[in-house]
Amino acid sequence: MQERDKLLDKYAAKVFKNRKDHIVQLEENGVSQEISANSRSVPGLMVNRGCCYAGCKGVVLGPLHDVVTITHGPIGCGFYSWGTRRNKAKAEDGRNFIQYCFSTDMQESDIVFGGEKKLKQAIKEAVELFHPECVMICSTCPIGLIGDDIQAVAEWAKTTFNIQCVAFSCEGYRGVSQSAGHHIANNGLMKHIIGSGDAVPHYGKHTINILGEYNIGGDGWETSRVLKRIGYEVLNVFTGDGSYEGIKDSHIADLNLVMCHRSINYIAEMMKTKYGIDWLKVNFIGVEETIRSLRELAMYFDDPIITAKTEEVIADEYAAIAGDMGFYKEKLTGKTAGIFTGGSRTHHYQALLNDLGIKTVIGGYEFAHRDEYEGREVIPNIKLDADSKNIEEITVSKDDAKYRLVIDRERFEELKDKIELEEYKGMFRDMGAGTITLDDFNHYETEKVIEMFKPDIFYSGIKDKYVILKAGIPSRQLHSYDYSGPYSCFQGALNFARDSYMAIYAPAWGLISAPWKTTSTLMGKIGGEK
Amino acid sequence: MLDLTPKEITEREALRINPCKTCQPAGALYCALGVHKCMPHSHGSQGCVSYHRSVLSRHFKEPAIATTSSFSEGACVFGGGSNVKTAVKNIFDIYDPDIIACHTTCLSETIGDDLNTYIQQMDIPEGKLVVHCNTPSYVGSHVNGFFNMMAGFIEYLAEKSETCNGKIGIFPGFVNPGDIREMKRIAGLLKANYIMFPDTSGVMDAPITGRYEMYPKGGTKISEIRELGAARKIIALGEITEQEPCMVLKRKTGVDSDILPLPIGIANTDEYVMALARLTHAEVPYVLEEERGQIVDIMLDASAHLFGKKAAIYGDPDTVLGIASLVLEMGMVPKYLLTGTPMDSFNKKAAALLEKYGVADQCKVKANADLFELHQWIKNETVDVLIGTTYGKQIAKAEDIPLVRAGFPVLDRHAHSLQPIVGYKGALRLVEMILNAILDKQDRVCADEDLEMVL
Repeated sequence: MQERDKLLDKYAAKVFKNRKDHIVQLEENGVSQEISANSRSVPGLMVNRGCCYAGCKGVVLGPLHDVVTITHGPIGCGFYSWGTRRNKAKAEDGRNFIQYCFSTDMQESDIVFGGEKKLKQAIKEAVELFHPECVMICSTCPIGLIGDDIQAVAEWAKTTFNIQCVAFSCEGYRGVSQSAGHHIANNGLMKHIIGSGDAVPHYGKHTINILGEYNIGGDGWETSRVLKRIGYEVLNVFTGDGSYEGIKDSHIADLNLVMCHRSINYIAEMMKTKYGIDWLKVNFIGVEETIRSLRELAMYFDDPIITAKTEEVIADEYAAIAGDMGFYKEKLTGKTAGIFTGGSRTHHYQALLNDLGIKTVIGGYEFAHRDEYEGREVIPNIKLDADSKNIEEITVSKDDAKYRLVIDRERFEELKDKIELEEYKGMFRDMGAGTITLDDFNHYETEKVIEMFKPDIFYSGIKDKYVILKAGIPSRQLHSYDYSGPYSCFQGALNFARDSYMAIYAPAWGLISAPWKTTSTLMGKIGGEK
Repeated sequence: MLDLTPKEITEREALRINPCKTCQPAGALYCALGVHKCMPHSHGSQGCVSYHRSVLSRHFKEPAIATTSSFSEGACVFGGGSNVKTAVKNIFDIYDPDIIACHTTCLSETIGDDLNTYIQQMDIPEGKLVVHCNTPSYVGSHVNGFFNMMAGFIEYLAEKSETCNGKIGIFPGFVNPGDIREMKRIAGLLKANYIMFPDTSGVMDAPITGRYEMYPKGGTKISEIRELGAARKIIALGEITEQEPCMVLKRKTGVDSDILPLPIGIANTDEYVMALARLTHAEVPYVLEEERGQIVDIMLDASAHLFGKKAAIYGDPDTVLGIASLVLEMGMVPKYLLTGTPMDSFNKKAAALLEKYGVADQCKVKANADLFELHQWIKNETVDVLIGTTYGKQIAKAEDIPLVRAGFPVLDRHAHSLQPIVGYKGALRLVEMILNAILDKQDRVCADEDLEMVL
């Protein structure tokens, strides 16, 4: 296709060879094509990816509000992941650690002589100051290189202070992106915390966990509000406003809902194997998608009271936003958009844009795997490269005491044909012909696709937000929601519509050209004129 | 907010809580953005540069470009030579800068990668340049990274010369583009023929035009960095930040420097103006004299509202010292002076400044400290105003103390980086901000019968 060829045109042979498989321009509406993903970035290309630590501490563990998470390394990484991600948390008892940044602030001598002693001392000081139930250790690049045994330190802390202590070797060089960090965090939570509590199932309460919901801008709270209105018991949100105390007992849920498939499908799968908990892929971004997700959820439980209440809540929440949504839709219909995010939102937000009549013409992910693009059916065909093989794969087995099937398997099989039960169809199925998708997009490609597709609005992150704005294109951050939100469910959709409208219709867009650039100020008379 | 911070202060040896610094590469990246058509390059894993670009974009509300060697586990074992060579080739091919400025990270420093050798082995296109500096994140802070990158540029580029080009070099310190513009305006008013290095004005405050320019108009030209070696003298602003670059320039080219405090406050600005005037022999123009008179006028008018008020000032060492000087000039007491950057010279200079005003016994000074400790100090003895970076807003909220944002990073406000806190204009701005913060709180909390219509 024309645009894809133009995009690749600039690259020299080696880069061309690498990038061509990461860029897909769909030939037919909703028909998936193969893409290359989750592989090493090309050095020198200005990519938006972060690292393993960012995925582990920054994304998955950081939001746990009752855990002292100590970044073991020089100061930078801990500093950058302090209060910058908008994973909101409230602690009713006032014990909210996410306002704090804890680091061993490794110095040169610690690098030379090893940092275990300092780490132990740091844990001791944290315990004496704050008396946490749980301490987590996240190591940064030099720690793995100097060989600090953080697992041994964690064991020492457990016995010395009688607390839970989990160590995560999430050095930035592991894997190819944040994705490795998600996996490492998932493994650690599964091995040491999930299922370690002694709660018993709340029979008949329709108890659910929401996985892959980090409560950015309060999304998790808004989604939980709607689910509770219907009558579900929201046990744990992983990990937005989540807690160590809570997730210990997450094994008693009846069902796991999966929002961000990329960052947490490992836990969903492992909980299925170990505790028998089914999982349902949901999307609470977008009005239509929220309605679909709520109905599928009701179908899973098949409880007439829940089913009726679901319809009642949908009707009520919908009615509350319909008028305003209509206004925004009228203002936004026919616009085009680009979306670059990490590993799920580009798909989720296309649904919401669809609600508003906006067509997504450019999509991209930083760290998705092929299944996020093409659907889970390709998982058996994904070849693991050396970088992925370096990330530990843990296997779990059935926990006979805690294993429990909520619905019988015959119905499970029946439902699988009807709803997204343990299924994710991928983003390409929802994209149109001619649209372009960039895996591990970079600065040059971003500039170029903007120039070629001229979208009316571009949703991305902080690193390219101002690049896009400078080019005269309205831009909103979809990682931090530009300090707005929530964007989930019905009210959230309205917030998003308002923010998008505001971005496009800001009066200052009309002021970019100075009048003297377009209007002559020269005054004079033609010779001979009086 | 910060409910878990105890009032009782206990000695900590290992646990850093709520830091008041970040790591070297962030400063190196910012410095390199102040060179025209330069691509900053981070020799580490891609997460480093992702974090640095993010914090810079959040502070300046501008694009902060930089590339990375994208270390994988294999590169850690075999060295990052192949990565950086591939990166440099791709950067020149795709982004076409005139110069690539590499800095290292804790990763590449720990494995002992030798960028010097790698650069010598590179196939660099004709007319293009690659320079580097070492910025191990486990030494110092972002301030060290900033001056190490300056020193790196000088080491590679500044040329020793037999003849003097008559120019004055100005090293601005770790400040905002708005500050650099003010320093340049003052230098211009004193008719100085100068080279500002680095110069992030016109880069990190570039205007919107509807066309994205990867390399905006601003930045020190490569030729200008070369010419620093033939300068008459350097006026270096920032007594702590500028030691190293001045020393390297002196060693390499013999050019001398006057190292002055950041020109924050009246006395420090006077020093800058006088240093320029001594070199240019130009008469200080009336416009500067007028500005100076205006700010001193305001300081006296408002003195009653500020005299004796206590401030906690935290952030980068030179910025804190500069603001402390201004605060003292207003008759306030800089009760707590704190920086995360581990430098003893900060303690000494702060102590000397406090001594000069006779308030040393009322104040606490600490380098290599953190905001958790500052909060504990405040819990024990409070202040009337906090002056520093965004991260102090938690303390401000917890203790209901007004916060004046200044320094790096300020992530939660707009337009600050385009405005100066240096020079007489900057002093006027700071005084206004401090006054408003204190009086706004007074208006908000006072009894109805005490609400003053005129102040």
